[in-house]
Amino acid sequence: MTLIEQSATELLGLLKRREVSSRELTGAYLDQIDAHDQQIHAFLRTDRDRALQQADLIDRRRAQGESLGSLGGLPVAVKDVLCTRGAVTSCASKMLENYVPPYDATPIARLKEADAVILGKTNMDEFAMGGSCENSAFGPTRNPWDTERIPGGSSGGAAASLAASMTPLSIGTDTGGSIRQPASHCGVVGLKPTYGRVSRYGLIAFASSLDAVGPLARTAEDVALLLGVIAGHDARDSTSIVQPVGDYRAATRRPLEGLRLGVVSEHFGEGLDPEVAQTVRDAIDLFKDLGATVREIAMPHSQYAISAYYIIAPSEASSNLARYDGAHYGMRAPEAEWRDGGAEENPLVQMYRSTRAEGFGAEVKRRIMLGTYALSAGYYDAYYLKALKVRRLIAQDYHDAFEQVDLIVGPVTPSPAFKLGDKSEDPLSMYLVDLYTVGANLAGIPAISLPCGFSSDRLPIGIQLQGAALSEELLLQAAGAYQGQTTWHSQRPELA
Amino acid sequence: MSGTAYTTVIGLEVHVQLDTRSKLFCRCSSQFGAPPNTQTCPVCSGQPGALPVMNLRAYELAMRAAIGLNCEIPQFTKWDRKNYFYPDLPKGFQTSQFDLPMSQDGYLDISDPEGAFEERRIGIIRAHLEEDAGKSLHDEEAGKADSRIDLNRCGTPLLEIVSQPDMRSAAEARVYLTELKLLLTYLEVSDCNMQEGSLRVDANVNLHIDREEDLIATPIVEVKNMNSFRAVQRALEYEVERQYELWQQTGRKLGDVGVTKETRGWDDEAQLTRAQRGKEESSDYRYFPEPDLLPVTATGEMVQSVRAGLGELPAALRTRLAREYQLSPYDADVLVNQGRSLVDYFVAVADRCGDGKSASNWLQQDVLRHLKETGTTIEAFAVPGEQLADLISAVHSGALTTSRGREVLTHLISNGGTVAQAMQQLGIEEVDQSELEELCRELLIANPKIVADIQSGKTKAAGALVGQAKGKNPNVNPHDVQRICLKLAAEM
Repeated sequence: MTLIEQSATELLGLLKRREVSSRELTGAYLDQIDAHDQQIHAFLRTDRDRALQQADLIDRRRAQGESLGSLGGLPVAVKDVLCTRGAVTSCASKMLENYVPPYDATPIARLKEADAVILGKTNMDEFAMGGSCENSAFGPTRNPWDTERIPGGSSGGAAASLAASMTPLSIGTDTGGSIRQPASHCGVVGLKPTYGRVSRYGLIAFASSLDAVGPLARTAEDVALLLGVIAGHDARDSTSIVQPVGDYRAATRRPLEGLRLGVVSEHFGEGLDPEVAQTVRDAIDLFKDLGATVREIAMPHSQYAISAYYIIAPSEASSNLARYDGAHYGMRAPEAEWRDGGAEENPLVQMYRSTRAEGFGAEVKRRIMLGTYALSAGYYDAYYLKALKVRRLIAQDYHDAFEQVDLIVGPVTPSPAFKLGDKSEDPLSMYLVDLYTVGANLAGIPAISLPCGFSSDRLPIGIQLQGAALSEELLLQAAGAYQGQTTWHSQRPELA
Repeated sequence: MSGTAYTTVIGLEVHVQLDTRSKLFCRCSSQFGAPPNTQTCPVCSGQPGALPVMNLRAYELAMRAAIGLNCEIPQFTKWDRKNYFYPDLPKGFQTSQFDLPMSQDGYLDISDPEGAFEERRIGIIRAHLEEDAGKSLHDEEAGKADSRIDLNRCGTPLLEIVSQPDMRSAAEARVYLTELKLLLTYLEVSDCNMQEGSLRVDANVNLHIDREEDLIATPIVEVKNMNSFRAVQRALEYEVERQYELWQQTGRKLGDVGVTKETRGWDDEAQLTRAQRGKEESSDYRYFPEPDLLPVTATGEMVQSVRAGLGELPAALRTRLAREYQLSPYDADVLVNQGRSLVDYFVAVADRCGDGKSASNWLQQDVLRHLKETGTTIEAFAVPGEQLADLISAVHSGALTTSRGREVLTHLISNGGTVAQAMQQLGIEEVDQSELEELCRELLIANPKIVADIQSGKTKAAGALVGQAKGKNPNVNPHDVQRICLKLAAEM
């Protein structure tokens, strides 16, 4: 195994023992990015000089015997949806192509405090809206396992960068499955934490009540390491959780005993690819071998999850994205298009119209329109309010389930990664890929996606574990135990 | 048609800036008057990713005001987003309160001390918290029509106080505003400075016209852009006349097809209202619960502690002053309307000298005049209450005449010190009775004509001697001189 293919935890050991410097490590990943990212396009931007400078600084401090933060010189890739002070944060949108935030998002600030080296910003679906990374205004990311295929989304760059060994750690965000689904398609581990466990301050909002920042890595322990850095209360986020952060790394090494797993039978029904179904069932059998008991549980309202999600998320988005109007920052349509344009509208309205027409991509516009409609007078009760009621029922389903079982286990996605362009013309079929993942966002509970096998086309398949609120330690314990028995996570694609 | 009876119906929406140090959802200063865009941060400038955190002090001040307005405080209140596009609103929505405001169902009693209308209870529908927007500065220079945005005000906490349409005249509306401002000032929740925009008023007005069979309501008009209470009164008076005339001409009434609420702006120079362009009547703000903020729970203890800390409010204070200090309602009103500090001063003076009526007179006739002339406030007034009280006592005892008392007050204002010291420095002392008799006798002897006049019954003639006596000794009491001269002349 080459240096860059090792797990973050192993690399941290090398760094601590000074068997490798942060500069060497950072340089190796940057070289890998240089070598392969023209093909994969996992990154929107890297800053070699800045990253190496940061690495040097950490190496120097280590040499001087200073105690370092818990990431002590490890490189991390960050989804381009988290604000980085002084460095472009675009959300993969033309609207913010040149936007330089004046502040660091809290998770970024915590990475820096932990002495991480930020390698660059990863590609994503524009404003995190999508499940394929095809909605990036700057071109799609390709799946390192098969470059004809999508890496998943919206954190497609985050997952692909790990699969392609371009980083040992990656930060993503998950509003309806955007960490777990690409993790599954790229054969890496992705954790969506409990809503509020990681601060959203500086996360460019898609749907505020659903958005979660979370770690992606190649092993459960690496995910635990990264979660431990970014989790914790933040006074700048009113929805942030005050409970203390657990010892996630220790949890991944704890032996599994008497785990009660629940299976939702509807999740193995129509629409699920038979290969995925079989692979997930095999994984469940392995949990049984590890002493878990499995029982069927009812989630009577889960069939409405997608419908509720595609009302609530766009409604919030329609309001969250109102600020991109050309008046204060970001893109503004060229003045000639709206000033004295002879339009019936006043120039201000015309500026809004032109700016938003040119700055946003089709999917973002589609969701803004959906949400604007759902919140409009006369429709609010029938759509938004009803969706909120469904959301409460879904949360109640989970609550009832977790009285009987510790974790719910099932597929992450209905099928392995599909080909680029396959679903682009059919938004509805694209929305359905979120079928198994949106429930956790609606209920605010944590969930993890783990590699559990490959399709006959040698495409990664993932398994999802969902737990009650703040059950991250249990999820990581189960994930660690599973990975102790399997090697799916240590397999790497051949890169051209 | 003229002479048809109608009732004026007015409801007011008042926005008050709460007197917090920082803004409603961030730590930026909310101080007025800083250079443009120097009091902004990622939160109040609507940067991507920034999140609001509620300023608890703003909520407490809002609760103080709401309880002062006799409102109910629901246990549960939440925030909502009011979505609309405007350049001074960088987030594209205003964080406000929609269906569950932090307070509701209160009232404010108003009365006219001069008796123009009877005491009335004006209902308060609700008072809710929201953030202010920034300011658009329109620069029409050289035809470029550039607009500039100042976001300093953006995010300043506002309390929106919505009255019931309970006012029946422009004069009542003005008294309501005056009383509301006084109450909020007593509560120390806002400086209510209209020039700086800490208090803004929008009025809804229409007429109910009495017909034999039914009651006709004219279309409701919202009047904006009124920059003083006087302007509110004038604008409403104008609008009442305008609506009546328009109704006479067109017969258009509320509920007719095509009749919507109109927004008109008051032009203070031209003294008329004009239809305002723009704001679409069908504007749909797409309110929905603000997902970035938690709902707020008002605990019983919190409400109780705010209630306990309100202090004595104007209405109660007027009643108490009138009762305990034997003041007329008018005098009590004048004193209370000057604010809590002046009332505190009055109470100190009245309690020490034991005469509320005199204390009130001295305050109104001398102290308030001095404050007005010098443009200062009672807090900066140089004479402590106890000295004014001693001065009043001295006048009571006859040691000072009222006019010499005023000299003493002037001296105290300029030089400080006690009343006794001032009297000494001014050379004021009591004149011995025999000395006074001797002085009067000398004057009578020197003025036989006056003696003859007095003896023939023209007692007024003695007045001339008073002036002469004062000329010889400024400390003599004019009443005593008059009395003694009459007595001695009669004996001569």
